[in-house]
Amino acid sequence: MNPVILYSLATLGVLAAGAAMILFFVARKFRVDEDPRIDEVADLLPGANCGGCGYPGCRGFAEALVKAADAGDMSGLNCPPGGGDTMAAVGAFLGAEVGEATPMVAVVRCGGTCEKAPPKLEYNGPAKCDIAHKLFSGTNGCPYGCLGLGDCVAVCDYDAIHMDKETGLPVVDDEKCVACGLCVTACPRRIIELRPKGKKNRRVWVNCINKEKGAVARKNCQAACIACQICVKTCPEKIQAFIFKDNLAYIDTDKCIACGLCVPVCPTGAILATFTPPKPKPKTKPEAKPEPKPASEEATS
Amino acid sequence: MNLKTFKRGGVHPPENKFSAGVPIQPLGIPERANIILLQNLGAPSVPVVKKGDKVKVGTLIGKAEAFISSNLHSSVSGTVEKIDDVVGFSGYKTPAVIIKVEGDEWEESIDRSPDLVTDIELEPEAIVEKIKEMGIVGLGGATFPAHVKYLGSPDRKADTLVVNGVECEPYLTSDHRLMLEKADEIMVGIRVMMKAGRVDRALVGIEANKPDAVENMRNKAENYPGIEIVPLKVMYPQGAEKQLVKALLNREIPSGKLPLDVGCIVNNVGTAFAVYEAVQKNKPLIERVVTITGKKLKKTGNFLARVGSPSSMLLEAVGETMPEGTRKIIGGGPMMGKALNSIDIPIYKGTSGLVLVDEAETWRREPLNCIRCAKCVGVCPMGLEPYLLEKLAKKERFDACEAESIVDCIECGSCSYTCPSALPLLDYIRYGKTNVMRIMRERRQK
Repeated sequence: MNPVILYSLATLGVLAAGAAMILFFVARKFRVDEDPRIDEVADLLPGANCGGCGYPGCRGFAEALVKAADAGDMSGLNCPPGGGDTMAAVGAFLGAEVGEATPMVAVVRCGGTCEKAPPKLEYNGPAKCDIAHKLFSGTNGCPYGCLGLGDCVAVCDYDAIHMDKETGLPVVDDEKCVACGLCVTACPRRIIELRPKGKKNRRVWVNCINKEKGAVARKNCQAACIACQICVKTCPEKIQAFIFKDNLAYIDTDKCIACGLCVPVCPTGAILATFTPPKPKPKTKPEAKPEPKPASEEATS
Repeated sequence: MNLKTFKRGGVHPPENKFSAGVPIQPLGIPERANIILLQNLGAPSVPVVKKGDKVKVGTLIGKAEAFISSNLHSSVSGTVEKIDDVVGFSGYKTPAVIIKVEGDEWEESIDRSPDLVTDIELEPEAIVEKIKEMGIVGLGGATFPAHVKYLGSPDRKADTLVVNGVECEPYLTSDHRLMLEKADEIMVGIRVMMKAGRVDRALVGIEANKPDAVENMRNKAENYPGIEIVPLKVMYPQGAEKQLVKALLNREIPSGKLPLDVGCIVNNVGTAFAVYEAVQKNKPLIERVVTITGKKLKKTGNFLARVGSPSSMLLEAVGETMPEGTRKIIGGGPMMGKALNSIDIPIYKGTSGLVLVDEAETWRREPLNCIRCAKCVGVCPMGLEPYLLEKLAKKERFDACEAESIVDCIECGSCSYTCPSALPLLDYIRYGKTNVMRIMRERRQK
């Protein structure tokens, strides 16, 4: 055989053997023991890496789940896109009790449609809410309202939020929304909020986050909360679901029973419900419980 | 003649200096002055008046509490109506002192005579104190509190005062007029600043498109030792401090450093005039020269406007209603200025002009794809790669933005101006820059 080939084979062989030994010892010395269950739990998760659980991706969440299962407390851990089924499967695999998670949905809290809050200015910069937000208060003048450039739409991994061309506002598709919360953080004005879906999809919310004084807010938008507090007074005394702060009413989801009494009394129509609200009743009977009805889209439009 | 300029990048937009021949006139007194509390870069002034207080012209109404902040004085005499939110230059409502005007009574301490006071009696420390007391901010547009530049530091010593008479923004002529009409005052102001900064050399950079200003200032400078007038080649953004220092002294200010690190203090000619009035005449910064201009305006002008007057007064002063086809009103120059929400936005210390532009000038074309022509790289005065920064910012890769020195961007807009595909380069770079700066701040706090 040609000695050149022989020498090269020998040299390379020695080098390879040396490198293999180094690698062997390094792998021994710096070995990371990993729980094999983490991989299997990660396989059970949806794998979208949306971050809705608050952990960096599905694997990060799987690690947290395994850790929590060992500690015996899995409450507070929830995979919003996977929902109850996924969590039940994870719980069964890890042999631990899974906490009951309230199904949530993203809610857009702005009623400044092109009609109710007509634009006074033009904006022809890049279609990015964050950029427009840093420049000015918005084409309709409301410093709290939706800018309508669709950062929330762009960020959604589930095709669950779309711009309504007529109103200029984003609309959430309840069926597709998994409440991962990406749109909540994408909105520079924090207009979108995750709220519980509610029993039989019944929920009530204040469709405005404007903290200006009533007259000021009204000037820019016909659908703004004008801080009149009629809703606060209408809410049954035992419930008191309203939090009134900084010229703005907010419905506490823990307390609200979704009776819908506050919806028709709002003079600007700034309180919305997913069901047909009851007609206003005299004050003598505050605790009216309307019949549950299927979700209707007309109230949200 | 071989004129000096900065070496890297730059553009030369059409100058359109229509109002250069119109002398400065007083704008008059508004019915109501809305004096915004945030008149400077940094922290807003803290109001020291309350509803119902009587104020005179020059009465202190806001105090600087933070290190980078400035005092604020009433520009009118009357009664404080309220302290309320008004729409300001930021595009948002900001707190302002609203004063209902009654007459025009000035504080007695202010010397209102037109006589030139050339003797500088105060000691350097007292001058800096006076500049601070009188609420002087940089009038070039950035409104950086002027006294901070003169506080000095033990390890850095300035040897040159750089005075900015460049006015590289198209359309604007307020500094130009000031150099023609108030050259003596500016010279004394420069001498005052030289004394405050303990330097014995001052260079005044003026672009060569203002030959009358160069000549006038040169003639006056003969009587004032240490002041040299340097005509500069017309190039935008020469009025930016880093570019101006490079053009005049051929010194490069390193990334993240200040002019003082290379031995310079940079101030605007407008600031020099304000310093003169503050130190020699005891007059706080309550008015400034503002240009009103636009292609469609029949008459343009330069006005000495009281801070807090509504911008609409400028339009009335040239005897016009809004010209047909006006699409945008820009506060400041067209390159770096900001479109206004409303014509009633009050004039503040940083308002250098009001430019009315029509559809053809302002409307952006639909952005096309980047064709990698690298024109933006060629014009960037900071030596950055705008096309790359835009892409990275768009993709929210802020770590890569930081590595590509996005924070060095001076937001001059040369890249957007030159882009043949009409890409919104600066918009996205600004987006990336604010995010990178936020991330850096958070990291520092950790």
